Amino acid sequence: MNIVCFGLSHQTAAVEVRERFALLPGELPAAVRRLRALPGVSEAVILSTCNRVEYFAVTAPAFPHCDPRRARDIFRAHCAELAAAGEPAELDCFYHLDAPASVAHLFRVASGLESMVIGETEILGQVKNAYRLASEEAATARVLNRLFQRAFRAAKEVRSQTSITRGAVSVGSVAVDLAEQIFGDLSARKVLILGAGDTGERVARSLLSRGAQSIFVSNRHHDRAVALASELGGQALGFDEWQHAAAGELDIIISSTAAPHHVITRTQMEPLLRERPDRPLFLIDLAVPRDVEPSVNELEGVYLYDIDSLQAIADQALHLRRQELERCEALIAAHVADFNAWMEHEARRLGIVRVEDNAWQPQPARSTSSL
Amino acid sequence: MDRRLLFASTLCFLLAFIRPLLAQSASGNRFAAAARWTFPVLSAGFLLQTAFLYLRGRELGRCPLTNLFEVMVFVSWATVLFYFLVGNAYRLSPLGAFTAPLAFVLQAVALLAPLDRPPSGSRVVLAARVDPWLEFHAAFSVLAYGAFALAAISGALYLWQERQLKSRHLGVAFFQLPPIGDLGRVNGRLLALGFALLTLGLAAGWVALGVPSSRLHFGWALTTWLLYGFLAVAALGWKKLAPRRLATLSVLALVIAFATLWGITFIPA
Repeated sequence: MNIVCFGLSHQTAAVEVRERFALLPGELPAAVRRLRALPGVSEAVILSTCNRVEYFAVTAPAFPHCDPRRARDIFRAHCAELAAAGEPAELDCFYHLDAPASVAHLFRVASGLESMVIGETEILGQVKNAYRLASEEAATARVLNRLFQRAFRAAKEVRSQTSITRGAVSVGSVAVDLAEQIFGDLSARKVLILGAGDTGERVARSLLSRGAQSIFVSNRHHDRAVALASELGGQALGFDEWQHAAAGELDIIISSTAAPHHVITRTQMEPLLRERPDRPLFLIDLAVPRDVEPSVNELEGVYLYDIDSLQAIADQALHLRRQELERCEALIAAHVADFNAWMEHEARRLGIVRVEDNAWQPQPARSTSSL
Repeated sequence: MDRRLLFASTLCFLLAFIRPLLAQSASGNRFAAAARWTFPVLSAGFLLQTAFLYLRGRELGRCPLTNLFEVMVFVSWATVLFYFLVGNAYRLSPLGAFTAPLAFVLQAVALLAPLDRPPSGSRVVLAARVDPWLEFHAAFSVLAYGAFALAAISGALYLWQERQLKSRHLGVAFFQLPPIGDLGRVNGRLLALGFALLTLGLAAGWVALGVPSSRLHFGWALTTWLLYGFLAVAALGWKKLAPRRLATLSVLALVIAFATLWGITFIPA
């Protein structure tokens, strides 16, 4: 008996290779059934996300004495078949892990330690979905049920007992976190997007998802402002009129125009701020060259963050997450040890013994020959 | 027995801020979890100091505000009380980690310094034995200082956070602090509440004693009242003042208020 993990990820394959092997949600049930039907495979789960495609399988004791090399060949052939045209070079991107390495790998994946952005939490949901789908296809049983439940437990522990998920690690999420730190509840906040570019739009959407309700859009090309405003459920303003129309009410301004000069200056802001001394203003300058004159940050109640300062905060959070890796590994190691102990117990119960390469095979029958 | 209760309460306040402090220095980001732990410990400390004040009050047969020792404990109690009222309403549980040090310092000084003396010959203190108006005056004035103390804590937190936001150098616990906007609002409302309590306390004192015969007492009381009156007016929006200025003034005003409290109560007229 062995737990095999065979797959590729962002660490071993470029996106153009990953996308060839990625499985769409509709394709997964059939793929799980086919994996489960491979000779010697008793249980199977397939995890397919944009960053990894991994096959987890329990190979039965009868499976050519669980020879890992044989298993590798079979999985390679299976993947090549799934990818329709498996180039040998592409198949070299696949890694093959046997227990206990495969067990530790799953626990690390579920905990977000193997993710492109360390500590991201979306992966746990994806692992849960993969397991649920395999269960619905009756492709899991005693070993993988135990393994995945343990993985969820390990992931939960890693998230709750370490700071691996803490802090925003992208410019957009840092901006949104800062907005919440400044205003608390965002539901009554008024947001202006200056420039109808993608970056500003993404941050605005994040703010909307956290409760902001009032959005204004202003752009040199008014038609684009109107289009974006209607998409976001906001209101378009002429590029030269936003100061008069809404400045007194605004709480957050996201600026990402392509202007070669400052579009928000200290001289412009001073009279506007005098009317609202008790209300903070958060300026997010995502443009390069910068849209907001840096000295605006010196004004009372104004918090100005440009792309570099946001990136620096994101980098700091990522650095803190990396510092937590050691503690995460220690937690995971304890879970791996527990699971391996259970595997050994299970193997003894089934009457199989460990052989080289960490695989397990049926215990040879006792010799009954007489002396 | 009563001093042992106070000692246990002081220990609780020490634990309530030591743990977040250690969490902060150990991993930088476990502050929030530790700050959540603060709440039950702070609650235990509050119950113990309430028990102490109850027993002391029963022993004296009046509100336990007869010497500086009791006043400091009462201010500490009022500060924690306002934290429970405000912290819950605004979900500012991390504020507890900053309330605890003040409560601890007040009680530790009260316990260590030789302040627990029998009532002096102060006119106010002696008269309070027979005059419920004076008890009302003392209790409400001290409650007001509790509100002012918490306003100063939220003000200090506001200034700390504002400095980080302006400099763009965010400390490791920055995102675990209460939102700066909420701190500004809490700061303002506590100032207004404290001012209302102080007004009631001073009015009760005026009913009991009339205008203080000492110019010094009268001047101090009036200065404090006017200072907090100005802050309350600004906080309620009748006179627009930037939250940063309000926060700064709330910290400065507390220093003046404590000095005033000492002066009015314990310097002979």
